[in-house]
Formats: sequence, C-alpha cells, structure tokens
Amino acid sequence: MKQSGGLTSDIILARTMNAIEIQGLEKSYRTGFFKNKLKQGLLPLSLEVEEGEVFGYLGPNGAGKTTTLKLLLGLVFPSGGTAKILGRELGDIAVKRQIGFLPEQPYFYDHLTPLELLDYYARLSGVESRERRRKVERALARVGMSNSGKTQLRKFSKGMLQRVGIAQAIVHDPKLVLLDEPMSGLDPIGRREVRDLVQELNEEGKTIFFSTHILSDAETLCDRVAVLNKGELKGVGVVADLVREVSGEVEVVWNGAQAIAQLSALGARCHSTGDVVRAILPERSLDAALEILRKNQARLTSVTPVRATLEDYFLARIGETKPKEVNA
Amino acid sequence: MIGRLWAIAFNTFREAVRDRVLYNLILFALLIVGASVLFGQISLDINRIVLINLGLTAISMFGIVIAIFIGIGLVSKEIEKRTLYTVLAARPVRRWEFIAGKFLGLVMTLTVNALLMSVGFFAAVLYVSHGLGRGDLSLVTAIYFILLEFVLITALALLFSTFSTPIFSSIFAFAIFAVGTFAEDMRGFAQMAQGVTRWVMTGAAYLVPNFASLNVIGQVAHNTRIEPKLILLNTLYVFVYTAAVLTASVWIFERRNLK
Repeated sequence: MKQSGGLTSDIILARTMNAIEIQGLEKSYRTGFFKNKLKQGLLPLSLEVEEGEVFGYLGPNGAGKTTTLKLLLGLVFPSGGTAKILGRELGDIAVKRQIGFLPEQPYFYDHLTPLELLDYYARLSGVESRERRRKVERALARVGMSNSGKTQLRKFSKGMLQRVGIAQAIVHDPKLVLLDEPMSGLDPIGRREVRDLVQELNEEGKTIFFSTHILSDAETLCDRVAVLNKGELKGVGVVADLVREVSGEVEVVWNGAQAIAQLSALGARCHSTGDVVRAILPERSLDAALEILRKNQARLTSVTPVRATLEDYFLARIGETKPKEVNA
Repeated sequence: MIGRLWAIAFNTFREAVRDRVLYNLILFALLIVGASVLFGQISLDINRIVLINLGLTAISMFGIVIAIFIGIGLVSKEIEKRTLYTVLAARPVRRWEFIAGKFLGLVMTLTVNALLMSVGFFAAVLYVSHGLGRGDLSLVTAIYFILLEFVLITALALLFSTFSTPIFSSIFAFAIFAVGTFAEDMRGFAQMAQGVTRWVMTGAAYLVPNFASLNVIGQVAHNTRIEPKLILLNTLYVFVYTAAVLTASVWIFERRNLK
C-alpha cells in the first residue's frame, strides 16, 4: 500500500481499495409447512475483496456461494450484517452500472438473438445508443460468438449459452464482474477460453469474483481464495502462498518394480505405470527408501518435495481428507 | 427510467409476438368471415346484431384469455427460468420498473392484437351493413371498454404472478374475472340482504373489479347510445383500480426473496 499523509487518508485509501466489503452478512430462511423452522443459508460472513484482484469463492455444492452472491446483488435480503460494493451500500441501485453478473446455469430470453439480448441488457445498463452497437459486438467477439449473433438463443447448446452469459456480464464494461460457476457446462476448450478471458479482464483492471468448485481453475486464475462450507467461511488465503507450502512429503520416481513392497512397509504410497513407479513417502523416510532402491539396483529418476495444492487446502478447510493412492 | 421501462415493455411485446401469440388472429379472422357469410343469409338487422355480438365478444374473450395466460407468467416464469436475475441483479433496474415494464408490454401486445381484430371486425360490419354510419361510433366505444378490460385483467394476473404459481394464478384470475362480470348483480343482492351480511356483501361487491360496467356489447349491438359520463367513469375506475392493483404487486414483489 502506498504511504500517505495521515491516518484519515490511510483509511480513505484502504476503503477505496476494496471492491467488496462484507461485515457479518448472514441469511436464514423459514422452512416447513408452518414456516416455523429456521434454516441458516449463510452464517455471519466477513470478507474483503480488493480492487483489481481475481478472487475465488470455493465451496462444495450447497455451501452458500450462490446465496452470498444473491445477497450482494439484492436478489435476496440479508437477515443481518452489512456489505458494500465499490464503496456503496447494498441496495444502492446506481452501483449496478458498474457490476456484471453471470448466474449459475444461466437461462436467457430464448426468443432473442445474442445481438438483441446484449442490446437489451446494454439498454438496461444505461449504455448510450451511439456506443451500444460497438459494445455489443465487442462483447460477442470476446466470447468467440461473432458469427452466431443472429441465431435465436433457443437453438444454442449449454456451452454457447454460457458464453452468451459471460458476454452479457461484460457488455457494459463493468468494474466488478461476479461469475457464479463460470466454467459449468463448458468443454475443455471453452474452459480454457474463459480462463483466458478472465485473465484478460483482470489485466484491464477489473475485479473478478467468481465462485467455483473446480479447484484447478481457481488455482490457475485466483490471487486469493475463500473457502466456504455449510454456510460458514472456513478460511481465506493467497493462492501463491498456499501452493508454496511444503507438505512434509517427498515424491520418489524410479524404474523397476522390485522395491515396491519394501517401500510400502516404510509407509510409502506407491503407484506404478508400466515399469515406472511413483511413491509418496514422509520426508524422514527418504534416506531409508533411497538405501532400499540402491540395494535393489533400481534406476532412480527423480526425488521431489511434494508441495501443497489448493485441493489440499480446500479439503483441510472443509474437514475432508484426500483419498489416498492405492498401493500397487 | 423511461428507457428502461420501454426496453422491458418492448421485450415483453416481442416475446409474445415471437411466441406466436398473434396467431389467434387467424382463428378470429376465420370466425368473422364464417359468421359474415353464414349470417348474410338471414335478414339484415338480425345479421348485424349477431355479427356485432359475436365479433366484440370474440375480441374480448381472445384478449382476456391471452391476458391471463401470459399475465400469470410475467413474473413467476421469469423467476422460474431465472431470466430475472440478469435484469435485477446487475442492472440499475428497480423492482417497480420491472413490474411496470412487464405490465405495459402485455397491455401493448393486447392493444395491437385487439386493434388488428377490430380492423377485421369493422370490415365484416361494413360487408353486412353495406356502409358505416355515425351510430357505429358506439362500436369504437365498446372496443375502448374492451381495452380497459384488458388493462384491468392484466394488472390482476400480474398481481397473482408476484406471489403464486401459474396454475393457482390462472385459477384466481379466471375466477375474479367471472365474479367481476356479475359485480352489478352482486351489488343488487347486497342491497336485499340485512345486517352484517349486507355490509359484508356490499364490501365484497365493491371490492371485486366491475367488469360488468365495461361490457356494453349488448347495448351497442342494439344501437343504444353510450353516455359520455359512463366513458369517463369507466376510464377513471380502471385507472384507479389498476393503480391500486399494481401498487399491491410492487409492494409484494419488493419484499420477495428471489431464491
């Protein structure tokens, strides 16, 4: 953070740095026939998303990710707490000109063509008529749909609808883009294109907040992530730090299957593919393992410290363990 | 604000047109042509009365059915299909603007539909009467009242759509239309009752929308003049009633969690 003249200006600077500020935001629903049961959709949540970052909001299905987005966007009303988006209180309609949103599994007016749909959304966002055509065409081009602009949406596949969904989220050039499961329904090429687009938008200075349960996408794209489970925030971290941590295990790879049983006895998890064997074992057992391999005249290929993945962090936060590899 | 209202209204109109709602015009045209040819064989006066009754009733009924079937889905369908999310979540659209836009869009659809039917209807009247006179201006008044009916039933269908499922909304809307066509009779019955029953019945009779006073088809078919006072009163009544119903719709919708 830049140095500034005094405490007040520091506070102002800090405030303008946050695209989203959430303080104790919570949501409970009344359920049951007589509406006498209370179900907590989101436990009090406090979170900050800085301007210009790509923030991943991770959690298994039903964790409360979509509820958080709906609260921020005024689709549902909070039971408690407050939040600010781009410095404005929840419910301030003016800030919505600066927000783009892709809902999960989007469904659009299927009687329209992508050109008509984006024109409609651009009108609602208050884009000037002289700029509208250009912005609509640019948004379609960015999602690779320039050639399908005049086909009715009812003829589109799920993947194509997802692209149109992303186009409508950016057509009015918003500062903050909220994406709910943006990779859902996309094939590997489509996912790659969306990843590239998210990076491109971020390079333009936009803040990206996206929810996902696909951890590899989050690991590739995000500066920071938050993990949510059963409506509760379980942790927030910088992705680069999380994946830099060493797990205390090493991976040993060699040729020849003769030492598998002996290494397994040391606590190694072994997996063989043809003649190549890969074993994960505690760092303290490394010397003993190397001695066994030497005695068996195995051809050692590599010894690498195992680094933590986002998946490890995620599973640790939601209280699950990673499935162990089966010994070969 | 006007731009957003117009965008939502036009989108609603375009959706109805592309969903082939205006195909009902074909059925209407067949009905009118068939009636003109069939009743052309009977004496001129009866022929004209039957044609006016049939034509205006058809314009009214086609419109009412469209108003109810589209109106009950105006909000609930958008919630169910989640198209509403991209409109209200990240666009500077207030919930009341959405309600008003949808209402105007459907009224616009019904008006265009009714005007196209009216062209066919007047052509048929011209065909059987061999000309149009000053007295036929009352036919225009009858069509204006039909349009007022559409405004009222659209507002009611939209109200039900903000809190109920399409099936229940359609039942409520058809029921209230049916009851409303007997509003004048209900007021008469209320006068005959005694004590608390009288007050309750009178209250109910004035609460239901008075579709009876908007139906002047029988009068214009028999060349009875429509008083200008009735035109003014009906206009004011529909304006006030619709405003109240739309206000209730907005009040409910503003408080609804869009899960």
